[in-house]
Amino acid sequence: MAFESLTEKLQNVFKNLRSKGRLTEEDVKTALKEVKMALLEADVNFRVVKQFVKAVEERAVGQDVMNGLNPGQMVIKIVNEEMITLMGSETTEIAMQPGKAVTVIMMAGLQGAGKTTATAKIAGKLKTKGKKSLLAACDIYRPAAVEQLQINGKKMDVDVFSMGTDHRPVEIAQEAVAYAKKNGHNVVILDTAGRLHIDEDMMKELQEIKEKVSVHQTLLVVDAMTGQDAVNVAREFDEKVGIDGVVLSKMDGDTRGGAALSIKAVTGKPILYVSMGEKLSDMEQFYPDRMANRILGMGDVLSLIEKAQESIDLDEEKSRDMAGRMKKGKFDFEDYLESMRQMRNMGGLSSILGMLPGMGGRGADLESMVDEKQLKHMEAVVLSMTKQERRNPKLLNPQRKHRIARGAGVDIAVVNRFIKQFEQAQKMMKQFGGGKKGRGRFGGFPGMGGRLPF
Amino acid sequence: MSEEKKGFFARLKAGLAKTRDNIVRGIDSVFSGFSAIDDDFYEELEEILIMGDIGVNATTRIIERLRGQIRERHIKEPSECKQLLIEGIREQMRVDDTAYDFEKEQSVILVIGVNGVGKTTSVGKLAGKLKDQGKKVLIAAADTFRAAAGDQLAEWARRAEVPMVGGNEGADPASVVFDAVNAAKARGVDVLLIDTAGRLHNKKNLMEELRKINRIIDREYPGVHRENLIVLDGTTGQNALVQAREFGEVADLTGIILTKMDGTAKGGIAVAIQSELNVPVKYIGVGETIDDLQKFNSDDFVNALFEI
Repeated sequence: MAFESLTEKLQNVFKNLRSKGRLTEEDVKTALKEVKMALLEADVNFRVVKQFVKAVEERAVGQDVMNGLNPGQMVIKIVNEEMITLMGSETTEIAMQPGKAVTVIMMAGLQGAGKTTATAKIAGKLKTKGKKSLLAACDIYRPAAVEQLQINGKKMDVDVFSMGTDHRPVEIAQEAVAYAKKNGHNVVILDTAGRLHIDEDMMKELQEIKEKVSVHQTLLVVDAMTGQDAVNVAREFDEKVGIDGVVLSKMDGDTRGGAALSIKAVTGKPILYVSMGEKLSDMEQFYPDRMANRILGMGDVLSLIEKAQESIDLDEEKSRDMAGRMKKGKFDFEDYLESMRQMRNMGGLSSILGMLPGMGGRGADLESMVDEKQLKHMEAVVLSMTKQERRNPKLLNPQRKHRIARGAGVDIAVVNRFIKQFEQAQKMMKQFGGGKKGRGRFGGFPGMGGRLPF
Repeated sequence: MSEEKKGFFARLKAGLAKTRDNIVRGIDSVFSGFSAIDDDFYEELEEILIMGDIGVNATTRIIERLRGQIRERHIKEPSECKQLLIEGIREQMRVDDTAYDFEKEQSVILVIGVNGVGKTTSVGKLAGKLKDQGKKVLIAAADTFRAAAGDQLAEWARRAEVPMVGGNEGADPASVVFDAVNAAKARGVDVLLIDTAGRLHNKKNLMEELRKINRIIDREYPGVHRENLIVLDGTTGQNALVQAREFGEVADLTGIILTKMDGTAKGGIAVAIQSELNVPVKYIGVGETIDDLQKFNSDDFVNALFEI
C-alpha cells in the first residue's frame, strides 16, 4: 500500500473533475497543479513531475477531450496512461543465461537500501522458478554482513558462499562463480557492500568485479522512501557501473513511491521487483500498469487474483463446496478455518483489502480495521473446539464454551461474542446466498467488527 | 577550530557539495536570472527548494516569510533576497542550548527508526564518543529481529570498548530492555544506549512493541534523563516527516540523528523536519568512522550548505 496518501490526494482532485460535465482549460490547469503538488509531496523527482504534467496537459486540453462526453474521466484516463508510460510500459524480468549456463547477478546500492535482504528474496523467487542459486557474501566491510546473509540464506534454504572478511570482494566473487559451476548452481547472486555513488574507490570495486567476473545482470537496490536524490543515485550507478534493473525496497511503508515513478523515467532502467515486507517471501514482480492503477485508487484486482492463484492450492471442488454451503447458511467453523488459512497465504487481510478498487484511498484505516491479532485469537478459539463442535456449532453449551475459552487462553466473553457474531454472519450469508457468486467468500467474518464492506 | 573539526566540516562540505550544486546554483541562477521579483521568480525559487527535499509545506513557509520581508524592506533586487533566504533557514535550524543536557546526568538513550537508516551504526559511534568523554556507557542490543544485528552491534561495542547486553536473535526485545535498564542501575552506568530493531512506522504491532519498550524504561528507571532519538536517513524524502511524526506518537522524540549526509542532494529534509515538527537535529553522520558522527550546528550546516 505504498501509494495510499498520493492516491487519496489524487482521488480528491479527480472527484472534482468527475462531477463536471464540461471542462475549461482552467479546470484542467487547477487539477494538474494539485496533481503536481501531490506528486512532489510523494517525492517524485521534480523534473519528472514537470515533464509529466506537461505531457498530461498537452493531451487533456485538446478539443476532443474537453468537448467529449465525460471529460473528467478522460483526464483521469490520460493521467493513468502517462503514469504507466513513466514507470515503463512493460513488465521486465531478470534476463537469464540460456540453458545450463550460470547467470551472475550483482546487487548494488547505498548503505541500508536493503541489498542483503533483497538478495535472499530474489534467490527465493528464483527458487520457485526452479533455479538453484548461490549467494556470495561480498560485503566485507559492514560488521556482521556475512552472518546476516548466511542466516537469510539458511531461512530461504539457499546456499551461501563466503570467505570471511579477509579477501577482496572481487576474489570472493570469482571463487563463488567457480564454486557454483562445480556444484551445479545456475545462478550466483553477489551481495556487495553498501556504498555511496560518489565514493570513487568503492565504485571502482564494483567495476572491477564486473570486469573480472562476467556479471550478466547488475541490479540496483533503491529504498522506496528516497527523496529527490533517488534519480541521482540511479544515474551515477548506471554511468559508473552500468545497471540493468532496479529493485525497490521497503515498499510496505506509506506515502511514498515517488522514486518508483522517477527512476525509470530518468535512467530508462526498468523496475524489476518491489520488496514489500519483513518476511523473506514478500517480494513482488513489478507491473507498471497495475502500480499506476493502485496509485490512482483503481485497485489492483489483477494482482489480487494472481496472488490467490499463486498462494492457494485452489482446490476447485473444495471452494465450490464451501460456496455452496455458504449460500445455504451452512458455513461452519471448519470452513472458517480453511478461509482464514487461505487468506493468510495471500498476505493477510490488509494486503488483500489494499488491492481492491476504492479501498486504496482508505488504506490508512486498514490496519486499524483489521486487527490481525484478534483474528489469531478467533483462530485459537476455533482450534480449541473438537471436530464435531466445528461442524455443528449447535453443540456448544456453556460447559463446552468454558473448556474452549480455557483452551484458547481467552475470556469466556470472547468466546461468546465470537460465536454470536459467527451466527449473525451465517444468517447474513444466507441472505446473500441468492446474490452474487463468491461475494460471501470472505464475508462478514467475526473478528472484523463487521465493518468490512463486502 | 580543532584539527578533527576541520576534517569533519571538510567532509560535510564535500558531502553537501551536490546539494549545494543543486540548491545554490539553482538559487544563484534565479537571483541573477530574474530582473524583477515577480510570481515567476517565486515559483522558480519554490521549485528549487523542493528539489532539495525541503518539502512543499516548509518551502511554502520559507517563501511566505521571504515575501513578507521583501515587502517590509522594499527590496526590489532579486540578488538581495539570497542573504535573506539563507538567514531564514539558519534561524529555523538553530538548536537549543539544552539539547545535550543528557551528557551531564545519568541518562537512557533509546535509538529508534525505520529499517536501514543506520541505527546500529549510530549507537556504535555514540557509544565511542561518550566513552571518550569518560562516561560509563552500556549498550543494549534490543534488535532481536534482523539477522546478525546483535553481531553487528557487538563489533561496534568491541571497537568502542564498552560492554553490551542482549543480542540474541529471537529474544523478546522488551525483556532485553528490562534487563538492560536494571543492569544500568546496578552498575551505576552514566549512559545506557539502546539499539532497537528497524520498524516501518505503519506496522502497528511493531510500533506497539516500541511503545512498550518506552514504557518499561519509564517504569523501571523513573527520574533518569530520557532521550528518544530517531535516526533518519538523510537521503529520505518527505516520508521522513511521516516517520518522525509516527514514531513521536509512541515515544516522545527529543531529537534526530540525521545519517548518510555524505552522499548527494540532501539536507533539505532536515529543514522540513525542524520546520514542521520542531524536533531538533542533534547529530549528523557524514561517514563510517566514529568521528563522522557529530553534534549538529545550524550555523555550520547552513554555511556548508550555501558555502559561505
